[in-house]
Amino acid sequence: MSEHTSDDLALDGGTEAVLTWDETIAAYDPVLGLEVHVELGTATKMFCGCPTEFGAEPNSQVCPVCLGLPGSLPVVNEKGVESAIRIGLALNCTIAPWSRFARKNYFYPDMPKNFQTSQYDEPIAFNGWLDVELEDGSAYRVEIERAHMEEDTGKSLHVGGATGRIHGADYSLVDYNRAGIPLIEIVTKPLTGFGDRAPEVAKAYVATLRDLLRALGVSDVKMEQGSLRCDANVSLRPRKKKPEKQAEVPFGTRTETKNVNSLRSVERAVRYEMTRHAAVLAGGGSILQETRHWHEDTGVTTSGREKSDAEDYRYFPEPDLVPIAPTADSIEALRATLPEPPVQRRRRLQGEWGYSDLEMRDVINAGAIEIIEATVAAGATPAGARKWWSGEIARRANLDGRELTDMGITPRAVAELDALVQGGRLNDSMARQVLDGVLAGEGNPGAVADARGLALVSDDGALGAAVDEVIAANPDLVEKIRSGKVQAAGALIGQVMKAMAGQADAARVRELIMERVGS
Amino acid sequence: MSSLSRDDVAHLAMLARIELTDAELDRMLGELSVILDAVALVQQAPTEGVEPMSHPLPLVNVTRPDEVRPGLTSAQALSGAPEADQQRFSVPRILSDD
Repeated sequence: MSEHTSDDLALDGGTEAVLTWDETIAAYDPVLGLEVHVELGTATKMFCGCPTEFGAEPNSQVCPVCLGLPGSLPVVNEKGVESAIRIGLALNCTIAPWSRFARKNYFYPDMPKNFQTSQYDEPIAFNGWLDVELEDGSAYRVEIERAHMEEDTGKSLHVGGATGRIHGADYSLVDYNRAGIPLIEIVTKPLTGFGDRAPEVAKAYVATLRDLLRALGVSDVKMEQGSLRCDANVSLRPRKKKPEKQAEVPFGTRTETKNVNSLRSVERAVRYEMTRHAAVLAGGGSILQETRHWHEDTGVTTSGREKSDAEDYRYFPEPDLVPIAPTADSIEALRATLPEPPVQRRRRLQGEWGYSDLEMRDVINAGAIEIIEATVAAGATPAGARKWWSGEIARRANLDGRELTDMGITPRAVAELDALVQGGRLNDSMARQVLDGVLAGEGNPGAVADARGLALVSDDGALGAAVDEVIAANPDLVEKIRSGKVQAAGALIGQVMKAMAGQADAARVRELIMERVGS
Repeated sequence: MSSLSRDDVAHLAMLARIELTDAELDRMLGELSVILDAVALVQQAPTEGVEPMSHPLPLVNVTRPDEVRPGLTSAQALSGAPEADQQRFSVPRILSDD
């Protein structure tokens, strides 16, 4: 069936046996297949002019077409097709010069038409690849089978029953606002040769794909809102001692884990299914080809119990829509709009910004590349932009479970904060206080610093007096500096800072001490 | 001439959510076979060199701009629903218990 939301899950209490990761990897070789659905960010649905806003009142974004009312006819959204072609090109696919829509027939009330308009044997894009990098810098190529256009389904709410879940529900309530929103389904080829890195590659692939789709501007790619969803197919086959013989071993039976909707879960779900398969196979059992449901809270999958003979979609070409036949010129025009691929872009930016591998990894993990780029463009030093976004602001965003972009501070404001530090007006701890003020809505960094009276004292008169006092009180330290132990100056600086309640410009204090000590 | 089996009819009935008794299955097997045989006559048409088609008109790329058009209000949308609750279509429970 189609893309059921997590509230459709059947709950199956039992916990199944798993092998340890090391046992799994020693005996078996994984084969992966990843299906990603991305909701396009078009203003309207794929086949009608209904709006696509997230979180609208139930059944307020519907019309006769997406409700499947008799006599209504679909018309394809031009931007949906363009987005599909751009995605295909960005994934290094061939764009079909001629492709059709097809009806995928099934009985389930999430599509009022009793079919989903999709593509079957004539997808718009096929045979591509996406290069991904793991955290340690090792690179893998993920081969893409196809990317095709389809439409999203409605959302079902199951009412009654003991668990409130699908089994035992008394009735279901359906909201069709989501039905008909353009979806692109991106399917990999069977992915082999990843071995023990398979779970990490799966995660890196979805992360890279997310970044690419975001860079393309075709979707908001929010996994938590379901605009990017991943289904993970996993199978195992016996591991051969000689790696060159591995390709000769036929694939094992696969399971498909549905709705794995966070990056971390992609890795965990693949890892879990591998260890579960391994336990079944090692015990002499066989894997049942089935749908599995992922449980984020417990980190396990359970059987979807779907009957295999129900999966007969009787596809046929959609008679209400004419074929899509992009000209070579129109494809090239769209190719010219493609952004730089994420992996290359990261390498270029890392070079430009002078970040170490470790620093760059922190930036990537904080999802801060775009925002740092904007901050540097607004005049910040790359080091300053990194320090704020992947440090203090990321820490607070994490704490609140918010995105960096939702923190109430703009790249321009961070650039201003950085300028205040670079210009010697604020030290680190003052800058943090200014950040507090900005996040609390007190205004721009300059205004917050003024209002809170935060500024380093670099005026030689005030500093000089404090320095003289400290020097007079510490003849032993002064002697040490004079005898060449310059690091002893640190203790003097510390005392001056203390005397000035932390508001002194430490660099200037050092200069004044050195002048006076005369070394 | 038809190769339709009784199992095929049972499978189709299941897909279409139509419950058939054994007697009805037998009757449908006969009737559907007659229809299939009749339609099979089409296969005698000379189709060499003829491209398969899904649409009678030689049109491609019929699209509309990505602009919102007025649709239905939720009250209008739900006005034809046999049952509605919480501004949603109410439908019989979706899957039977295993």
